Amino acid sequence: MMMNLKSAKTGGILVLCAVIAILPAFLSNAFQYEIAILIGFNAIVCIGLNLLIGYGGQISLGHGAFVGLGAYGSAILTMNQGWDPLLSMVIAAIFTGILAFVIARPILKLKGHYLAMATLGMGIIISIVINTEDQLTGGPDGMYVDGLSFMATQIYWYWLVGALLVFSVWASLNLIHSPIGRALRAVHGSEVAAEVVGVDTTQYKVLIFVVSAVFASIVGSFGVYYSNFVTPDIAGFFHSIELVVMVVFGGMASTFGAVIGAAILTTLPQFLTFLHDYEHLVFGLILMLTMIFLPKGLVPSIAGLLKKGDK
Amino acid sequence: MFAEFLQFLFSGITLGATYALVGLGFSIIYNASHVINFAQGEFVMLGGMGTVFFLGLGLPMPIAILAAIALTTLFGFGLEKLAIAPARGASVVTLIIITIGASIVMRGLAQVFWGKEFHAVPAFSGDEPINIAGATILPQSLWVLGVTVLLVFALRYFFDKTMMGKAIIATSLNRDAALLMGINVKLVLFISFGLSAALGAIAGILVAPITLTNFEAGIMLGLKGFCAAILGGLGNGMGAVAGGMIVGIAEAMGAGYWVSEYKDAVAFILILLVLFFKPSGLFGKTGTERV
Repeated sequence: MMMNLKSAKTGGILVLCAVIAILPAFLSNAFQYEIAILIGFNAIVCIGLNLLIGYGGQISLGHGAFVGLGAYGSAILTMNQGWDPLLSMVIAAIFTGILAFVIARPILKLKGHYLAMATLGMGIIISIVINTEDQLTGGPDGMYVDGLSFMATQIYWYWLVGALLVFSVWASLNLIHSPIGRALRAVHGSEVAAEVVGVDTTQYKVLIFVVSAVFASIVGSFGVYYSNFVTPDIAGFFHSIELVVMVVFGGMASTFGAVIGAAILTTLPQFLTFLHDYEHLVFGLILMLTMIFLPKGLVPSIAGLLKKGDK
Repeated sequence: MFAEFLQFLFSGITLGATYALVGLGFSIIYNASHVINFAQGEFVMLGGMGTVFFLGLGLPMPIAILAAIALTTLFGFGLEKLAIAPARGASVVTLIIITIGASIVMRGLAQVFWGKEFHAVPAFSGDEPINIAGATILPQSLWVLGVTVLLVFALRYFFDKTMMGKAIIATSLNRDAALLMGINVKLVLFISFGLSAALGAIAGILVAPITLTNFEAGIMLGLKGFCAAILGGLGNGMGAVAGGMIVGIAEAMGAGYWVSEYKDAVAFILILLVLFFKPSGLFGKTGTERV
């Protein structure tokens, strides 16, 4: 069993590496690279969010705010203060981590829909602050940000994001198969039972909340250096919802599910642009139908079907 | 000084009554199905936009309003029958995503059929402000308040005295027991979604003359209605009404005495503060968890 888990893990990472290595052969223009890079960014945030939702069983409808804090933290420190971009990124990540730590305890005491409301409220407040404090953030118009001088071309970015993605998957899988991961799954199964057998549930929930917020913040920083521009939408309610939808669509409690969910839902709108006005309508329908017929998400549902086939 | 306060209070209770109706919609669906319906705001939008549409067809105001309520109720029934019922047994997060999908679909439909422009609905009885102790109130605000009060009493009667209302309450308390007692749980769910949609539509129609409406008008109203429902304790109908009033008044006072830029944040700051100290809302039961 243990061997099995380990080989599935190494196998999965190898497949991911292969896909990242071969993909450039099929990418013929800057736009396609752009989509690939966006998939990578979204996938990394979703991997962090999946730790919280899929393994910790704690919903967050405000994760866009953490991406936004990383993005605006980097933007403000580099452009307004003239700091080094990488240092700015680290400071933004530390700030986001501390903020997440401070609010984690009161927020994670809440359960179910109350937790959903609290994270949603937190996200909306942060996005309203970013929209309103326009002297600092440029307000709804957004702000321009210098890129990283050593990342000369898009191809560099492709490989950087690819490497970050592989690292995130590896880190996530290791965390899941560590004692922390086992404790988290116990929290998801039954919080009361976990507490009875001596798991400090609050501590683990806080830890994973902070880890997923820091994942999001770092991606926000890289994203802003890549695109040289940031608008408040990044911290908005819809971005938060989008991230949760990616995790659930791909399959909760599956690291590769989070990656596949991010890949499909980042690409799908590009394929739907030919529908023009009907784009959102069709996107919503696809989302509903998938969740109705594959309620556990793509990867776990398909894995379940394959297992049935084996017997 | 007092006139100013009164002015903020008037706009606060008008807003609050709208949030109360939206919050009631959340509560009814939550009670029957334990689903948080993220498409509740879209019911509000459909009510307002539907009225605009039927007025445009040349129908008289009362008929247009009834038609818009009927249209929205159909969407409520459809949501339950086509999306929620087939997904029975799915996890809470999955159900939430399904209702989010439904809200995207409804916004998409509204955008395709009615465009992205803002539309105005004429006020029910004129725009002449009424003077009360130095403050003014629009006749439409009186409509909002009056209809909300009527609906709250009607709903109380419905849940206390009618068979269907009692069946919904029984189902919310214990679904399996209700089923064993011969209650048609499927019908209860169906009716709840329709009722909730109708309430949302009415809220949308009542505020449309004050705020204008477009295909995205339901988003913030929906979220603040959710605030109202949570503030009052999920599933507690009267709690949702009180929650709506508190959110509305706090928002108007915040905009008036503090900074108007942060008016939309007030509801969410309030809900976070309340939840930090009372994790099940103001009037929610602090339930013990069955293991």
